[in-house]
Amino acid sequence: MSLYKAETRRLFKRRFTKLFLLGAVAVLAAVAIGIFFSNQKVGPEQIAAAKADAQAQLERDAQQTEKDKASCEAAKGTPQAGNWPPDCEQLTPPSQENYNYEWYMPPTFILRESFPDMATTLAALLALAAFIIGASFVGAEWSSGGMMNLLLWRPQRLKVLGTKLLTLLLSFTVITVVASAIWTGVFYLIAEARGSTDSMTSGVWQSFAIMELRGLALVLVAGAVGFGLASLGRHTAMALGVTIGAVIVFQFGLGVVLELAKVKFVQAYLIPAWITAWMNKEVTIQDYNSCDFSSVNGCQPAELTLTWPMAAALLGGVFVVVTTAAMWTMRSRDIT
Amino acid sequence: MPPSAVHVPHPPYPTNVPARTTSEGNHHSEWICGCGRSLEWRKGFGILTGVPKVSRVTAVLEIAGLQKTYRSRKGTRKALDGFDMVVEAGQVHGFLGPNGSGKTTTLRTLLGLIKPNGGRMAILGKEVPRHLPETAGLVGAIVESPQFFGNFSAQDTLSLLADAGNVKRQRVTEVLELVGLRDRGKDRVKTYSLGMKQRLAVASALLKQPKLLILDEPANGLDPGGIREMRSLMRNLAESGMTVVLSSHILGEIQLICDEVTIISAGRRVAYGSVSSVLAGHGSGKTKVRLEPGVDMRAAVEMLRANGAQVTVEVDHFTVGNAGNPAQITRILAERQIYVSELTPVSADLESVFLELTGTAPVEGQNRQVDQTASVGGWGQ
Ligand SMILES: Nc1ncnc2c1ncn2[C@@H]1O[C@H](COP(=O)(O)OP(=O)(O)OP(=O)(O)O)[C@@H](O)[C@H]1O
Ligand SMILES: [Mg+2]
Repeated sequence: MSLYKAETRRLFKRRFTKLFLLGAVAVLAAVAIGIFFSNQKVGPEQIAAAKADAQAQLERDAQQTEKDKASCEAAKGTPQAGNWPPDCEQLTPPSQENYNYEWYMPPTFILRESFPDMATTLAALLALAAFIIGASFVGAEWSSGGMMNLLLWRPQRLKVLGTKLLTLLLSFTVITVVASAIWTGVFYLIAEARGSTDSMTSGVWQSFAIMELRGLALVLVAGAVGFGLASLGRHTAMALGVTIGAVIVFQFGLGVVLELAKVKFVQAYLIPAWITAWMNKEVTIQDYNSCDFSSVNGCQPAELTLTWPMAAALLGGVFVVVTTAAMWTMRSRDIT
Repeated sequence: MPPSAVHVPHPPYPTNVPARTTSEGNHHSEWICGCGRSLEWRKGFGILTGVPKVSRVTAVLEIAGLQKTYRSRKGTRKALDGFDMVVEAGQVHGFLGPNGSGKTTTLRTLLGLIKPNGGRMAILGKEVPRHLPETAGLVGAIVESPQFFGNFSAQDTLSLLADAGNVKRQRVTEVLELVGLRDRGKDRVKTYSLGMKQRLAVASALLKQPKLLILDEPANGLDPGGIREMRSLMRNLAESGMTVVLSSHILGEIQLICDEVTIISAGRRVAYGSVSSVLAGHGSGKTKVRLEPGVDMRAAVEMLRANGAQVTVEVDHFTVGNAGNPAQITRILAERQIYVSELTPVSADLESVFLELTGTAPVEGQNRQVDQTASVGGWGQ
């Protein structure tokens, strides 16, 4: 308990932690403010304006078509005829149905539709912060020799490292829960002011809550992986280096190689697909090199659906492997 | 069954009897029979001086047959090769050895930072590393200029340690005062000088009021005033009942403050015992004798030689090379009415004994490499 208290104090005493959390808050605030100002409330007035806009556009386009038709007729037999279709009747006037007024509405923030993306944004940002703060929390301890001092005080290696990890995860649980609550509240207010909170049934709220829980899991796995890698390499740089390496190798190198090798469903080997699958419950990847022929739809690309249980298995697997490896090496290594 | 689970082979005599060493070159035959007791002790050992403590104090630290081989991709390195060490309660115990001889390795192993390949260790009668969690609260240690997280102040660093070890925060202020960092305690450690960091390290070791204090080169980087303060601090701590193990290369310092020493070379103990016995065992063993002016020195010398003394005559005095009991010199001479005006043991200093035992004395025209020791007994020949 005393160790846990001390570690929590250490975590939040660190300037790195404070700076990164502050940075995350700044980015989130910027996102919220941006959303606030780029959306507006729509009422009868805006609908009328949008309808008028749609109508005006329709009329402009109809006039243009008439003009084009005239030019087309005039050009017949002249060298310019090549610029026009042989049959000028092909230039048909625009039809009303292509001028849906909704497309002329100003952007508006509909909570039910738009919040899931915001929840993903929050989770991704907090996951990044957790990874970096987790890596630095234990990495700096290793590289500065603080870990050795601590072990002289509490010569129970697994307990010391485990408590540190627990501290990190519990702290980020609190941070994520509080941040999610505030984030949801902020976007509820934004929706009230600059959009709508219509059709927010309790089922929708529930699915938001579950999504935020999945976000929490993502944050915790990221934190634990950053922590574990830094502890394995005994340096913050190790975790950051591994990530940057992973990003480069995975996102670019592997992508290119697999593409060249004509491997199916390249994206399934890349991280973002899995994060999307986890947060949005599933993601569908299409393979444009293939063709599932059907008489109804013609050639359809083959599809692969990554579901959240698959993503859960992957996240869980990475979590278990990295933390176990960190604990295992901690148990036996010489600390010099 | 005694609480101590470790059996450390003890010599059958109190530990502050003369040092037993691997060096065989210093066995002086005691030419004058002293009291019967000294005869008894003499068996197998060198000259005996000093009165032994009869009761054996309990050992605070016992190490027997410690082995450690470092393994890396480049191969293996045997850092400890059957090392033994015993530290009695209430001592200031010097732990000496040349660079790379295994001092830090020993202390790290003892504190559970590295795993030994063999041997047994006990702190305060409890076998470690098995019982380390229980004993850690009683052991304060610094291991080879410890580093601290640079962005925290000394105060933060210590209070975090205090929290982790269930020590009262107020103790932080006390130890900062004790090591002279009171006014700089709020500065970031990054901004400290070497000696200030070293003081902080000592403060961290003292934080939990340990029974056993282990200091690996605590004087490293300290100014002369700091060294002197450290010296008196250690004396005070030892007087208050704390046992201090001190590794250092400043032998003058060790000679001043240590009750006993253990000397390690190439991973093995080469000498141990009280400073005086180590010195006596390896010192010159000589006694300088000056007679009253005008007395016939030649007659005196002949007389002593007749009794088996090895005498070297100098201009105005002579030295007796194997004087186990200098009183015998005065007795023999006094019987012939020759009176001694000066009788001084010619003492070797710890430095030369150290150099001899570890075979690390510089040799002219050679650059001695670390790990290079002259074969035992071969030094200087
Ligand atoms: N982490 C390590 N890996 C491999 N070898 C090591 C390691 N640490 C120490 N050694 C080796 O073990 C031997 C003993 O080293 P140790 O640090 O115990 O010496 P020391 O007596 O403390 O020396 P010094 O007086 O220079 O501090 C040396 O030969 C050293 O090279
Ligand atoms: Mg050392």
